[in-house]
Amino acid sequence: MEKPLTAHIPKDGSWLRLKDYERVGGYQGLRQALKMTPKEVIDMVKDAGLRGRGGAGFATGLKWSLVPTPDQIPGPHYLIANGDEMEPGTFKDRLLLEGNPHQLIEGMIIGAYAIQAEFSYVFLRWGYQFAEKALEEAIHEAYEAGYLGKNILGSGFSHELSVHISAGRYICGEETALINALEGKRANPRAKPPFPVVSGFFGRPTVVNNIETLSNVPHILSKGVSWYKSLSKCEDGGTKLYGVSGKVKRPGLWELPLGTSFREILEEHAGGMRDGYQFKGALPGGGSTDFITAEHLDVAMDYNSVAKVGSRMGTGTIIVLDDKTCVVGMVLNLEHFFAQESCGWCTPCREGLPWTEKLLLALENGEGKMEDLKIFDDLTRYMGPGNTFCALAPGAMEPLQSALKHFRADFERHIHEHRCPWK
Amino acid sequence: MDTQTQRILTDDMIAEIRDMYQHFPVKKAACIEALKLIQKHHRWVSDQAVQELAEVLDMSPDEIDSVATFYNLIFRKPVGRHVILICDSVSCWIMGYEKIADYLKQKLGIQFGETTPDGRFTLIPICCLGTCDRAPAMFIDEDLHRDLTVEQIDAILERYP
Repeated sequence: MEKPLTAHIPKDGSWLRLKDYERVGGYQGLRQALKMTPKEVIDMVKDAGLRGRGGAGFATGLKWSLVPTPDQIPGPHYLIANGDEMEPGTFKDRLLLEGNPHQLIEGMIIGAYAIQAEFSYVFLRWGYQFAEKALEEAIHEAYEAGYLGKNILGSGFSHELSVHISAGRYICGEETALINALEGKRANPRAKPPFPVVSGFFGRPTVVNNIETLSNVPHILSKGVSWYKSLSKCEDGGTKLYGVSGKVKRPGLWELPLGTSFREILEEHAGGMRDGYQFKGALPGGGSTDFITAEHLDVAMDYNSVAKVGSRMGTGTIIVLDDKTCVVGMVLNLEHFFAQESCGWCTPCREGLPWTEKLLLALENGEGKMEDLKIFDDLTRYMGPGNTFCALAPGAMEPLQSALKHFRADFERHIHEHRCPWK
Repeated sequence: MDTQTQRILTDDMIAEIRDMYQHFPVKKAACIEALKLIQKHHRWVSDQAVQELAEVLDMSPDEIDSVATFYNLIFRKPVGRHVILICDSVSCWIMGYEKIADYLKQKLGIQFGETTPDGRFTLIPICCLGTCDRAPAMFIDEDLHRDLTVEQIDAILERYP
């Protein structure tokens, strides 16, 4: 089984230096891309079926193709690698940033060439110090070797790349909020349209791609579309970093074919549940995805299959709920997070999330009423897709609405017993 | 002392801030980076620092503050010599971070958001640190501590005098 993204990451906790990266085929993808036209690069990434690994799953090649060319809208154009990774339960981009920064840099240069961007930024979350250090040194190596700067490898294409370290807040992962943060402002999301591909960083065409997404790009260019598609078990291409946290025997992170079954990830890779704990449910792709339950164990972890069972693959990092953990407490923890991290820009989110948290807290403390469940149903609708500026509140409603659907009896027990039965 | 020596932003810091914004169409773009720079030197961002930065970036102090107060890792109140940031997000919650947090509060005699009277520790809850497979986790200053148990806490704290 091939693991292009992680196979060469040193096992001793260090990162893959330029000379070692080149020895295993590093920067061959860039060399290939520079022989092609930007449009050919975009078409190749489209054909490969690479979908965004940040959570939304938007087709990467399609996103790139929406950027006006410099003939249509003169530069500068920008590319931003989204390394905010603040989704609760998500720890996948950390590995790629800490272990193989050149893979990301190469992917960024190829992406920048495809959209004819003069500048790119890595927007890195706070707290990833090893990643920051590795990235800064790798960027320096790339400049020294002529992969960055003026007239890259004699192609006539020039590109500058730098790193911004975030000052916190979950909302910075939302692409328009991220752009505001990068401009030095409060990270409120912007109304769409216009989309960033047309009007982004300082009003210029801007593409924002996730770290894992961009790390896939060099391999598509160097090894081709059919190879890339063959890595996956589904209609979309490539491998995926899957993670598991919670009360399993071996929490961790693994690169596996896209479309690997949930059961295989949980039972083989994470070693199954710890002794004395039963699997009850899971958030398949971070805190803002819908619960799946034991009846969904055989779902393939790809975008379309997880959607068919009423959830989202999201970031692909699974948070496991066990039978000894209270689902109301877990959802309360999540809604506390979302209420705190709401940027306050639009009313449904600013008012609705603290209300949700208060009701859940009362419920968890045994002070809930049956009519609260009706209010939860209403809130999940009010804060559903289409009523807010960005996806934060609709995402916050996903664990709540699915918990109410799959574990309603647990909510009712809190009301009838006037206490948390798990305490 | 003359007023010059009482300034928070030194000439070197101002030069560094000017270097930040020259890459961008507007000076304001350096606001977050400049706040981080001030905090690096002074551990927190005071009202005076906000006013001085406003002059450098041609912004109003209110405008600076609207940015400073938005970001949870810009401290607008003084903090202790060591800042403990304990993850309170979902994976750490499942793995029992509350026991660690309760122990820290009891041991240090402070609640979340407070600093010990001797100025040694500030204790703050923080959202997901991106190390969920090794929960519960916390930062003390720049050091990440993972797979935490209550039993380890005393020894860990001793490393931060």
